[in-house]
Amino acid sequence: MGSNYLPSTESDQRKMLKRIGVESFRELLERSMPASLIKENLPDLPPALSEMEVSSLLTGLSRKNLNLGEVTSFLGGGVYDHFIPAVIDQLLLRSEFYTAYTPYQAEASQGTLQSIYEFQSLICELTGMEVANASMYDGATAAAEAALLACSQTGKKQVLVGSNVHPDYLQVMRTYFSGLEVELSEIAFQEGLVDFADFEDKISDKIAAVIIQSPNFFGLLEDISLFEPEVHRSGALLVQVFDPISLGILKTPGEYNVDIAVAEGQPLGLPLSYGGPYLGLMATKSSLVRRLPGRLSGATVDHRGRRGFVLTLQTREQHIRREKATSNICTNQALCALAAAIYLSLMGKEGIREVAELCLEKSRYAQEQICKLDGFMLKFSSPFFKEFVIETRLKAEVIVESLGKQGILPGVDLDRYFPGMDRCLMIAVTEKRTKEEIDTLVEVLSKL
Amino acid sequence: MAEKLIFELSSPGRKGYSLPQPDCPRKDAARILPKEFLRENRAELPEVSENDCVRHFTRLSVLNHHIDRGFYPLGSCTMKYNPKLNEQVARLPGFTELHPLQSEEQAQGALELMYHLGEYLSKIAGMDKVTLQPAAGAHGELTALLMIRAFHRKSGNPRSKVVIPDSAHGTNPASVSLAGYRTVQIKSNNQGMIDLGELERNVDEEVAAFMLTNPNTLGLFEIDILKVAEIIHTVGAKFYMDGANLNALLGYASPAEMGFDIIHFNLHKTFSTPHGGGGPGGGALGVKEEMVPFLPAPTVEKREKRDEFYLDYDYPDSIGKVHSFYGNFGVMIRAFAYIRSLGTEGLREVAKSAIINANYLKESLKEFYDLPYDLPCMHEFVLSGNRQKSLGVRTLDIAKRLLDYAFHAPTIYFPLIVPEALMIEPTESESKETLDAFIEAMKKIAEEAKTNPEVVKSAPHHTPVGRLDEAKAAKELNVRWTKQGTQVY
Repeated sequence: MGSNYLPSTESDQRKMLKRIGVESFRELLERSMPASLIKENLPDLPPALSEMEVSSLLTGLSRKNLNLGEVTSFLGGGVYDHFIPAVIDQLLLRSEFYTAYTPYQAEASQGTLQSIYEFQSLICELTGMEVANASMYDGATAAAEAALLACSQTGKKQVLVGSNVHPDYLQVMRTYFSGLEVELSEIAFQEGLVDFADFEDKISDKIAAVIIQSPNFFGLLEDISLFEPEVHRSGALLVQVFDPISLGILKTPGEYNVDIAVAEGQPLGLPLSYGGPYLGLMATKSSLVRRLPGRLSGATVDHRGRRGFVLTLQTREQHIRREKATSNICTNQALCALAAAIYLSLMGKEGIREVAELCLEKSRYAQEQICKLDGFMLKFSSPFFKEFVIETRLKAEVIVESLGKQGILPGVDLDRYFPGMDRCLMIAVTEKRTKEEIDTLVEVLSKL
Repeated sequence: MAEKLIFELSSPGRKGYSLPQPDCPRKDAARILPKEFLRENRAELPEVSENDCVRHFTRLSVLNHHIDRGFYPLGSCTMKYNPKLNEQVARLPGFTELHPLQSEEQAQGALELMYHLGEYLSKIAGMDKVTLQPAAGAHGELTALLMIRAFHRKSGNPRSKVVIPDSAHGTNPASVSLAGYRTVQIKSNNQGMIDLGELERNVDEEVAAFMLTNPNTLGLFEIDILKVAEIIHTVGAKFYMDGANLNALLGYASPAEMGFDIIHFNLHKTFSTPHGGGGPGGGALGVKEEMVPFLPAPTVEKREKRDEFYLDYDYPDSIGKVHSFYGNFGVMIRAFAYIRSLGTEGLREVAKSAIINANYLKESLKEFYDLPYDLPCMHEFVLSGNRQKSLGVRTLDIAKRLLDYAFHAPTIYFPLIVPEALMIEPTESESKETLDAFIEAMKKIAEEAKTNPEVVKSAPHHTPVGRLDEAKAAKELNVRWTKQGTQVY
């Protein structure tokens, strides 16, 4: 008996109980809580397993999943199979990082605090924005918090969101707004892009935020500059949902004069892991810094004038401001932010552009080859970054199932998100896909 | 010497990445995309070699105190040992290389794990169903409050207030606001527990819920919990348990039997998943039958006949999603492995050891520090630095001095109802020898406060940097590097 995780021996416990002044643990427990609430029976859970047994149990479960390493995947839809350099996980495995808590004692947490400061700086450089926080849970919750930030900044309670923003983001926003009477209206899309006429109809001085995704859910680039003047004239904040990899080449939220930029940070060195842990990115103009949700690391000096870092502007946060805090977020995704910081440091100025260019070229090649096939058409004609929608005679469901049997995951069946778009397949091509794999996809599609 | 910023290590022409040669027809981005979509200047990311990058982050890492180095008695944070096996199994390619939009058929192992983890958590708390979607404790709180709102709305009135005690975690009132409710804070009694009279006076048909941490943030079990539940339920309000302190109850007590209707679990506290310097965590939520229809969809279900698992989206009354996909799956794997490693008896041993350790520290330290609530505690307790403050040494100084003795400091200045609070949670992971060494350090600091207060007030002396100027950080806000030099907002 006994667990390798529990160092106290019976003899230790006897000594400690004696010091406490009780005969037994039972006596201590009965002095601490009502005896009637102490359970006699153990919960109906499985018995302990040895390390070997747990390892083989988990290995068995993992083998019941289809590992992307064994197939060719063109699945995207908000999270992507990008390359992850080996360095990242080796550094994440340093227990100095992963077994530390939120850096409440700055002097003993400089590693975490400096890496967060670097993360914030890297995100600012990437996005062209002025400040970034230490992370949110994921892209969807970052978008919801961006809208709430805009509401508190403008004192308004209506939010306009492109209906081609990731449908799961829209859902999470609606959930987040459900208690606050924040009203969400969707702007229709035309040919896959935000419909400018509908936007003009709906924009007014009652709007707190206009939220546009680019590349949007369908992978298409939105011309944010079309919307920017009108959004700001109306007194609303402009929020862009972006793809961090795309900013290796694409015009940045900063260049578009966006007020709040948010994203799913998963492409920056995080594995897909069946939906998480991921990383919500949030960057804003400096004028909004005191309304930012979540942690923020700031530079300062110690008593001898040496540079050091602390959690700063904590009066925004729940542990100080309580019900008046800018958000309820406490634990965020710090280790995932560290992964992203390492990723961006490794890729650097040139690498991030190269990755983005590879995605652009490969996805363009795939689209052109597929569209040469009879019965496969590009659904929307405007420029895309790494993901595009193909319309076919066949149901997307049929394609997904048929190709799945041949070890190819061809993309997302859009019927899942837009009922009726059941002949639309959304295909993502990252730098990991080779020409050979793309050619195989095309060949297999041609035989359907 | 201070570690440079990664940007300060940059040198044009160095690279830390290795990508394959382009194999598809090379086209300049400007030929594929209209020029107006392209960024004008490159992102000013650093240019460092792989080795530079590894050394930089390695050198940063060693500046951290962390569980694998030593004791980390942060109250309410449950800084227990993070088993290495869990890190290994969470990295199995069958888990990491799994896209959330793969078919259920392709994700049976993940769904099976989630299903069973939900079951285990339900049984631990005596609840009927669990959602694993929330990504952290506060996220679980928000999810629960939105469910409570949906529940009341369905009966005609969403209600307007949520009651919390003055000892509550800051996330509680912050979540209340985010869910559109008004916080009513009630005073604890002189035992540090819920004052039944005060509660009754503040509870009416406009109260949607009462949020309580049990054991509370003083580490005390709420002795009148059954009466509290009765008062809450009489007006039709929901009784919510902040599960931050669940470690104390594992296997010994069931939140459901105490009358709670909803509880959030902190997988990154009770169930040993690493805190990662501030996340990722897991804020699973357990609910009683009545609340099930309002859960965020999807939940993981089992088709018994076919021994098959699936995602159930059929929740017409659901509050909607709170996360892009199904929550922090990687965290769930670790929590699952932890529960299976300890088994049902092992989990009970966890609570037992955590409680004995806390009481042992409390009894050993109360001679040297004030103990405002001198009662048998559960997994943690709260000292006050009042005695030392009268000597000119504040709790902040004591905390900083502990860093010199290679211990992390306790949680300080919380709960708010204890002046100069030092909230200490040893967890079950610590041996008696470690606890004794901590007691010695705390004794020494109490002695120093009398004989050499300056050494405490100017602490820490042995950390990578000395005491940092937080006021300057907030006043001359510098939250990023820029090429042009410091940008102060």
